[in-house]
Amino acid sequence: MIKETSYELAKEIPSGSKIAIFKDSSVPMTLGLNMIKSGITDLEIVTVPTGGLLVDLLIGSGCVTSVETSGVSLGEAGPAPCFTEAIKNGSITIKDSTCPAIYAGLQASEKGNPFMPLRGLLGSDILTHRNDIKEIDNPFLPKEKIVCLPTIKPDFAIFHAPLADRDGNIYVGIRQELRLLAHASANTLVTVEEVTNLNLLSDPKLAPGTIPAFYIGGVAVAKGGAKPLNLPHHYDSDFQQIARYAKLAKSEEGISEWITQNLIENNDAN
Amino acid sequence: MKFNSQEFLIHTIATLIQPSNTIAVGVLSPIPGSAALLSQQLSKQTKKKVFILGSSNPKFKTNHGVEIFDLAGQGRIDSFFLSGGQIDGIANINLTGIGPYPKQHTRWSGAFGSAYLYFLIPQVILFREKHNREVLVESVDFISAPGSSPKDTYRTGGPTHLVTNLCVFDFNREEKQFYLRSIHPKHSLEEVLDNTGFNFRYSPNPAITRGPSDAVLEILRTEVSEEISEIYPEFAKKIWS
Repeated sequence: MIKETSYELAKEIPSGSKIAIFKDSSVPMTLGLNMIKSGITDLEIVTVPTGGLLVDLLIGSGCVTSVETSGVSLGEAGPAPCFTEAIKNGSITIKDSTCPAIYAGLQASEKGNPFMPLRGLLGSDILTHRNDIKEIDNPFLPKEKIVCLPTIKPDFAIFHAPLADRDGNIYVGIRQELRLLAHASANTLVTVEEVTNLNLLSDPKLAPGTIPAFYIGGVAVAKGGAKPLNLPHHYDSDFQQIARYAKLAKSEEGISEWITQNLIENNDAN
Repeated sequence: MKFNSQEFLIHTIATLIQPSNTIAVGVLSPIPGSAALLSQQLSKQTKKKVFILGSSNPKFKTNHGVEIFDLAGQGRIDSFFLSGGQIDGIANINLTGIGPYPKQHTRWSGAFGSAYLYFLIPQVILFREKHNREVLVESVDFISAPGSSPKDTYRTGGPTHLVTNLCVFDFNREEKQFYLRSIHPKHSLEEVLDNTGFNFRYSPNPAITRGPSDAVLEILRTEVSEEISEIYPEFAKKIWS
């Protein structure tokens, strides 16, 4: 269950996998950098519900064929350069969505349902371009139209969390979306700041914020594994480093430089 | 006291949301976020609730991100803010991009929660600092979220106002039309007409948007600036350092 390194964990993910990445605070940067190092390709990414630095980096490194997203940006550091460029030149397939639609698709998977109905979306061009989203009459109120979203079942959910135990239980605290990711995905791989010898589910304070090992396929320790993004109560985002990425990511050499530097820094921390 | 243009806009938006009890703020929204916080500070006794996506301050949090959509779906949020790379005369917004889809020559981040929240939150204030004919267009290139819907669509919410660096518009949902509500000081009707790509209704002598009082500025520069800097440190530094 507990792997020696993030790189070993990254190698568990085959090329062509459909991967769910949560939007912030739990982004597995070290794992992502090691996925790039492993030479992974053809990923289908689902951003939950939006994406940022890691998604842009994976696109810029040529690892991605499609992105289902409600939006990708670098926050205060501006637009996501590789995402924007990849759409312009058509090198990735874009499935534009809206935040609650992504959550709803994952909730359908969590329940083993074929689809989930949702209000909104009607009359938008998102709906026009998404042939996989259907419009039906509300069976209980036939004069009302409603959309049905297909189930989203990722092959892997990947995220970074504060704590795991030896059995593979993962403490995520208030980040309950990560529970949804784990429930909805066929497999979940997690990096953590540290591993404790105590069983997290046996601690009444930690148990409510813990995802049971049942859902977890592998864990690796990666100290500072979300850096340069933040992990609440552990470290803040490094704006300078994200802004530096925004500049460097405009060229292939720039991205390589940024990856090399951060891969070394993140892996050396462990 | 003198104030800068951001402080003016924060105050303008805060005035519009003053009647709301529950205000939600999405991502990438430092000015609306500050306005929500100011509005909360100005009505402390009413216990106004403010949710800010991305905040780690327990005051502005729900349990998790998906909740904001569930709350909106139930009708438990009164006010919200949206923007657009393009906004048109019937309040359609485009957050996606320009050019033939999907290989758009100009691509923005994406629709975020707009294609849902625009339908369900009663007061949605459109906000865009940049007021020109590239942004305020006759008709958007891509409808990320429509400004109005036919009767067979469940819709409890939608646009009420549009605030820019030049003026404030009201949106009339029945007529599907913007009305000029007020023009900011030092700007003119002519300037608004020149820079707006869609038709709107106006009176020949429009009102002037009121600026913040000294007391409001004081709150803005102390409590609000401190609270917003946790979520938007770069913005707070730029405006108040």
